[in-house]
Amino acid sequence: MICQECQQRPATLHFTKIVNGEKTEFHICEHCAREKGELIPGTSGGFSIHNLLSGLMDFDAGNKAKVAGTPAQQLQCPECGMTYVQFRKLGRFGCSSCYQTFDRQLDPMLKRVHGSTAHSGKLPARAGEQIKVRRQVNELRQQMQQRIAEEEFEQAAQLRDQIRELDKQISQES
Amino acid sequence: MPNLRFTEKPLSEWMQKGGDYSDVVISSRVRIARNLVHQPFPIIASTEQAQQVRERLTAALQDEGVQAQGPFEPLVLDELDDVDKEVLMEKHLISPNLINDSRAGAVLLAENESVSIMINEEDHLRIQCLYPGFQLEEAWQRATAIDDAFERVVDYAFDDRRGYLTSCPTNLGTGLRASVMLHLPALAIMNQIGRILSAVSQVGLAVRGLYGEGSEALGNIFQISNQITLGLSEQEIIDNLHSVVMQIIEYEQHARSRLLDESRLRITDRIMRSYGILSYATMMDAKEAFQRISDVRLGVDLGLIDRASAGQMNELLIMTQPGFLQKTFGVKMGSGERDKYRAQMIRDTLSDVHVAD
Repeated sequence: MICQECQQRPATLHFTKIVNGEKTEFHICEHCAREKGELIPGTSGGFSIHNLLSGLMDFDAGNKAKVAGTPAQQLQCPECGMTYVQFRKLGRFGCSSCYQTFDRQLDPMLKRVHGSTAHSGKLPARAGEQIKVRRQVNELRQQMQQRIAEEEFEQAAQLRDQIRELDKQISQES
Repeated sequence: MPNLRFTEKPLSEWMQKGGDYSDVVISSRVRIARNLVHQPFPIIASTEQAQQVRERLTAALQDEGVQAQGPFEPLVLDELDDVDKEVLMEKHLISPNLINDSRAGAVLLAENESVSIMINEEDHLRIQCLYPGFQLEEAWQRATAIDDAFERVVDYAFDDRRGYLTSCPTNLGTGLRASVMLHLPALAIMNQIGRILSAVSQVGLAVRGLYGEGSEALGNIFQISNQITLGLSEQEIIDNLHSVVMQIIEYEQHARSRLLDESRLRITDRIMRSYGILSYATMMDAKEAFQRISDVRLGVDLGLIDRASAGQMNELLIMTQPGFLQKTFGVKMGSGERDKYRAQMIRDTLSDVHVAD
């Protein structure tokens, strides 16, 4: 089979990209794969999922940057120093803070990979407690605002005390 | 001196005991990825940082809750020689990644090898439970209990919205990869494998060979695993995989009974020929070995041969791998010599056990 890019050399790389159920087949030679950039990693390890991911990132970041005027290229994780460019190249994060740093770039990619952007599974027992309490606090705050708006200050004060109590719990645990 | 027990015996418990549907399902595996908070992920961590992570996680073994899940024996990768590492990989207890790309890598092994916990692989912690036969739920229950035990003593990187944070976004959320290793010889013989596997990939599952990512499906062995880790609960992921595998089992069993009905003589001949070649050949490459072993295993499962057992065939799959051959015969070998030793290993194993267990 001849490479579909250059139509000259024999195709040595054959793979199928499936994005949202849409299949695209690729038959290309190593030379063209390299030309296209990032399809083959620098090592001889072969084609990997990380390279596909960065492809997805690239596409989205390009679009986003134009719309929001965000210089995604300049983002850098304050904790581990990973830059956006490095992240794209590796297709992997450097530390847990990277998820906040590159948050705006992630949703479209996660949607493509997982069909979803939010976790709905297990919560860690200890940290999970805190998350539950935090959610509860947020709910109580909303209720309190409502009471205030309705000028039911006595109930609002009760809610405020509950919130303080829970806040104390959170700060003790962390 | 690291404990060599794990590399000397060929059989892990997952290969010996049957489990459900063991005529089709070789093993069920669940792996969960976890990371420590405020520690760079292994791909960019310095050697000192990686060592810190290893120390912290090995120290967690002292905790009562973790001990109750074990006991686990820590093996430090740098203290093992190359052959031992290869053997652990061939037994599916560690990944090629841990051997090649990890700094300060280690593995915590349970006595019966049904649990292996890799440290500093792509993520800080990868808890893997490997059970014989079709036991996905059991493997998941075990893995999540071990996860809980670790979580009591170390702080995980977890985000309210994104879930468990992993180095690669493909593991994000639950960090859960569940997979089932299937032996599908009848579907392969009847040329139905392609159709089924492409259907599988359309429902968000991936198909791979015996040794995971990038490996060829030798010996009609296929690994089917979930791709999606985010947005579904762990139970949904396990249940989805379970129901798809259940259907594949039915197809395979149906194909087997058709083989018996329609071409009993032909299939018996094929199985006996393979048994004969395995018993007497003096050279055998890996590809042929896999195919012949697959034939004989099918013969055992169909009740057409009583001179071999399924456990024996599972054992041979591992024992004919390069690392294991080198370990057993104690010589460094090129691929030509390896074919000689592989044939010898197979002959010895088959003549050793005449009575099926």
